[in-house]
Amino acid sequence: MTKIVVDGKEVDVPPEYTLLQACEEAGAEIPRFCFHERLSIAGNCRMCLVELKGAPKPVASCAWSVRDCRPGPNGEPPTVLTRSPTVKKARNGVMEFLLINHPLDCPICDQGGECDLQDQAMAFGVDSSRYAENKRAVEDKYIGPLVRTSMNRCIHCTRCVRFTAEVAGTGDMGAIGRGEDMEITTYLESAMGSELQGNVADLCPVGALLPKPYAFKARPWELSKTESIDVMDALGSAIRVDVRGREVMRILPRINEAVNEEWISDKTRQVVDGLKRQRLDRPYVRRDGRLVAASWGEAFAAIASRIKATTPARIGAIAGDLASVEDMFALKSLMTALGAQNIDCRQDGAKLDPALGRASYLFNPTIAGIEDADAILIVGSNPRKEAPVLNARIRKRWRMGGLAVGMVGEHVDLTYDHQYLGAGPDTLADIAAGKGFGEILAKAERPLVIVGQGALARPDGLAILAAAAKIAGSRDGWNGLAVLHTAASRVGGLDLGFVPGHGGMDAAAMTQSGALDVLFLLGADEIDVAPGAFVVYQGTHGDRGAHRADVILPGATYTEKSGTYVNTEGRVQMSARANFPPGDAREDWAILRALSDNLGARLAFDSLGALRQALYATHPHMSAVDAIEPGTMSLPASTGDLGKAGFASPVQDFYLTNPIARASAVMAECSALAKGRLQQAAE
Amino acid sequence: MLDDKDRIFTNLYGLADWRLRGAQSRGAWDNTKGLIEKGKDWIIEEMKASGLRGRGGAGFPTGLKWSFMPKPDPARPSYLVVNADESEPGTCKDREIMRNDPHLLIEGCMIASFSMGAHACYIYVRGEYIQERERLQAAVDECYAANLVGKNNVNGWPFDIYVHHGAGAYICGEETALLESLEGKKGMPRLKPPFPANMGLYGCPTTVNNVESIAVAPTILRRGAAWFAGFGAKNNTGTKLFCVSGHVNTPCNVEEVMSLPFRELIDRHCGGIRGGWDNLLAVIPGGSSVPCVPAHEIIDAAMDFDTLRGLKSGLGTAAVIVLDKSTDIVRAITRISYFYKHESCGQCTPCREGTGWMWRVLTRMCEGRAQKREIDMLLEVSTQIEGHTICALGDAAAWPVQGLIRHFRHEIEKRIDDYAANPHSESVLPYGVAAE
Repeated sequence: MTKIVVDGKEVDVPPEYTLLQACEEAGAEIPRFCFHERLSIAGNCRMCLVELKGAPKPVASCAWSVRDCRPGPNGEPPTVLTRSPTVKKARNGVMEFLLINHPLDCPICDQGGECDLQDQAMAFGVDSSRYAENKRAVEDKYIGPLVRTSMNRCIHCTRCVRFTAEVAGTGDMGAIGRGEDMEITTYLESAMGSELQGNVADLCPVGALLPKPYAFKARPWELSKTESIDVMDALGSAIRVDVRGREVMRILPRINEAVNEEWISDKTRQVVDGLKRQRLDRPYVRRDGRLVAASWGEAFAAIASRIKATTPARIGAIAGDLASVEDMFALKSLMTALGAQNIDCRQDGAKLDPALGRASYLFNPTIAGIEDADAILIVGSNPRKEAPVLNARIRKRWRMGGLAVGMVGEHVDLTYDHQYLGAGPDTLADIAAGKGFGEILAKAERPLVIVGQGALARPDGLAILAAAAKIAGSRDGWNGLAVLHTAASRVGGLDLGFVPGHGGMDAAAMTQSGALDVLFLLGADEIDVAPGAFVVYQGTHGDRGAHRADVILPGATYTEKSGTYVNTEGRVQMSARANFPPGDAREDWAILRALSDNLGARLAFDSLGALRQALYATHPHMSAVDAIEPGTMSLPASTGDLGKAGFASPVQDFYLTNPIARASAVMAECSALAKGRLQQAAE
Repeated sequence: MLDDKDRIFTNLYGLADWRLRGAQSRGAWDNTKGLIEKGKDWIIEEMKASGLRGRGGAGFPTGLKWSFMPKPDPARPSYLVVNADESEPGTCKDREIMRNDPHLLIEGCMIASFSMGAHACYIYVRGEYIQERERLQAAVDECYAANLVGKNNVNGWPFDIYVHHGAGAYICGEETALLESLEGKKGMPRLKPPFPANMGLYGCPTTVNNVESIAVAPTILRRGAAWFAGFGAKNNTGTKLFCVSGHVNTPCNVEEVMSLPFRELIDRHCGGIRGGWDNLLAVIPGGSSVPCVPAHEIIDAAMDFDTLRGLKSGLGTAAVIVLDKSTDIVRAITRISYFYKHESCGQCTPCREGTGWMWRVLTRMCEGRAQKREIDMLLEVSTQIEGHTICALGDAAAWPVQGLIRHFRHEIEKRIDDYAANPHSESVLPYGVAAE
């Protein structure tokens, strides 16, 4: 610890602190534009200049470390002034320079109201400009469908350049020209290729980079903000849902160091328009081969007549990828009340089973734990597409150095260097036998083996899981087996035991022709149901499940209900309701509760609170929000033989993985663009 | 006045053979092994005792700079980088060294590298210096052929030397921008600290020196620090290459003693001021980046670091630009201002935005299209740039403007009055400044 005096106040800070951090420790506010905690230090905006006693010039506090400060002549601690006339003059000067070429278009700028430049000009600027010349004009650039540019406003802080180079790893952005002709752009104005590109709009301290789909839609002060959890992938990124009236206007990241730091993927951010399109807003019943609008009573009656006509053994339920724990708990309770054993939450047929212990299906090292790993093996997964934010975390660890990454599966660009080891189980068996990359993992103190659903959702999934567990080995206080899920609901479903009961059928068996009389789909759209069964689809969008349905019950999306989600590392998180479902649509647990009444199997809860009480009674760990309940693992002695086929990631099109995303025009555009790029690369 | 026997650059004008044989006949590569055998501490002490101050402009003591290099570490090799990116307007001394006496530079590189434990040296040559690079490369090849440098050379210090060609950006003459450029990145200055002696080329300890500082080292060591320190005033010792250009009768490059009075320098070597001493308006004594000094202050001033600093200017690279009374001084400074606007790298705010602002205001001022209050505003803008930037280009852009306002405010005011007196006239100048 080093002593340093800031504005007459002595503080004790670690020597590796920058002056900016030390000043904040002392309670002095330092304005800044280019500095960002999660990016490298550029020191180019010069807004954070402070006076350091003994230095000939003001120093950039973001770049000057406490250890570089020399003590006074008699050994007194270094002195920093943040409110002296020199500092004030320096700040005024920099502010004036930043504003001379910045357009005065705050009234039509989307950043207005949440603009760093606006705020700091109020706090540290002067009231008028002395610049009498013409302002610089810069052509706007095309940098992709998600970020709109208005380059006149750019202050060249290079946060976006550093983000794409460091966090996203695609290096899409850069500066061309020099001096006042410097312009930020992508190479030949091509679209950015990152799945995290939307974050550059958040990073931009001015209105130069703005979210394109949100352009001119709303002002920040009109929005009500709800803190919630994302369901687009299995990470459960912390988000803030901004709503005006009944309409979700935008989704922004919140800071959660344990999960997403402060990034979110483009799908999480820009799926917003999908929440409004293709919505199911009233119940439908199929009559004479056509779906016709019906009342809730008619829909329930149609279901009840079918249920009464069959036996429990021919009733089944499949939970989809976006279902909350409460929804699945209600559905499972209903199925239990009806006596049906055929339930499954694994649409893709992953060979994961709660009977093997909770540790067998969790990302045990935790997401933040990636930073502690010293060797990573990725099996049958493409984290860049399946969980871009997690991939950025791996990249962050890789940038620290000393990390070996091996890949078994598809040969893809992960944004960081890795050894491509092979395509399938044969390679995995070699590694398990300690050959090649296996040696590195065996020597590693904290090896991490990421197993994707592409490796588990196949007949030999259990054998692969066992091989991966063997490779991960066991270390004191470190379980390196990391199952990477792709569905937000999956871990919650497995925790609830939403898997076939004694003698029950799994998802694949249930969807066979003639297997069931009545099949209940809770937002399950990623599975094909063969003709025959009477399908009840409860969901939000007119997607694959709704097309197959005989009765449609309109539900609520993740922004329209409060629900519990368990992410891939087993962290229990709760989302909040930001707006209301459209039309006659209702929250899913309430639909199931009403249906149960009609089926003569009334569920024992009348409110969400009562449901949660019942849930916590049987699954106490669900009440520990934001905590991870550690689990154990006991794999059977015989797990069958490894197959031959190579692994393939289940996420082939990142932008279209769920019904909400498939309803979004923005995601469709991104998808088409990504496909085009893929084709171009192939040529 | 420097005697011919005391000149270091005896082939400055290219009259004799620049090749190895010629250079050796003039004393280069003479007993280099012996110098090296005296040890690095002796070399550094001798350089300190000689009082040699860096010839690149800032005037930092060279021996002291060499002594900052940390102890050799096999994991982090040390590097010597020679800054031959001579782009300061008015300066052309390194050009002559590389053209006509390249072996002095190469021998200096060897000795300097030895004294700081470096086995590799990079010479970063300015993009526009085509012939100089070819000469230098040829000289390096000769040295390799004669086994004077290389892994197993006759001088007993394994040493490799590489000539690198820049792309012609002024900012790459800034030492950290030069290192960035050498690493293959965009030539933008780095934040300091860490200084290059700690984290330089490829993150390893590096010393960046000017061509002239390195090229004089072997002769100093051969003839002794006392000999070199015998020239010039205290703290401003040695001989120095002066590049005199502008309104003198015979512009030239000349090696002279430090602290030589300006009048003597001009009369002896340049044939006097064009039109006589009464016709002298001002002098920019150290390359375009230092403030100009009006005639009456400079005529009898000693040309060295400390005297010129006392005149609120600087010796810089000793590129003396002489302006006689035919000069439109406002337009001249405007042109310099345009140069800095054009060469600003754009990394940090004050320089990126401020250089263009100053140039635009000056462009109006040299036509008189301005208000008198704008003169003070311009001065304040220049102080807002000075000292607030990452590198010294901001200072270099601000100083000429400050010098102009300090000494020639009346000239600007007259221009403004003339314009205001006849508002319907065409602009005072037939064409704009620096639009060319």
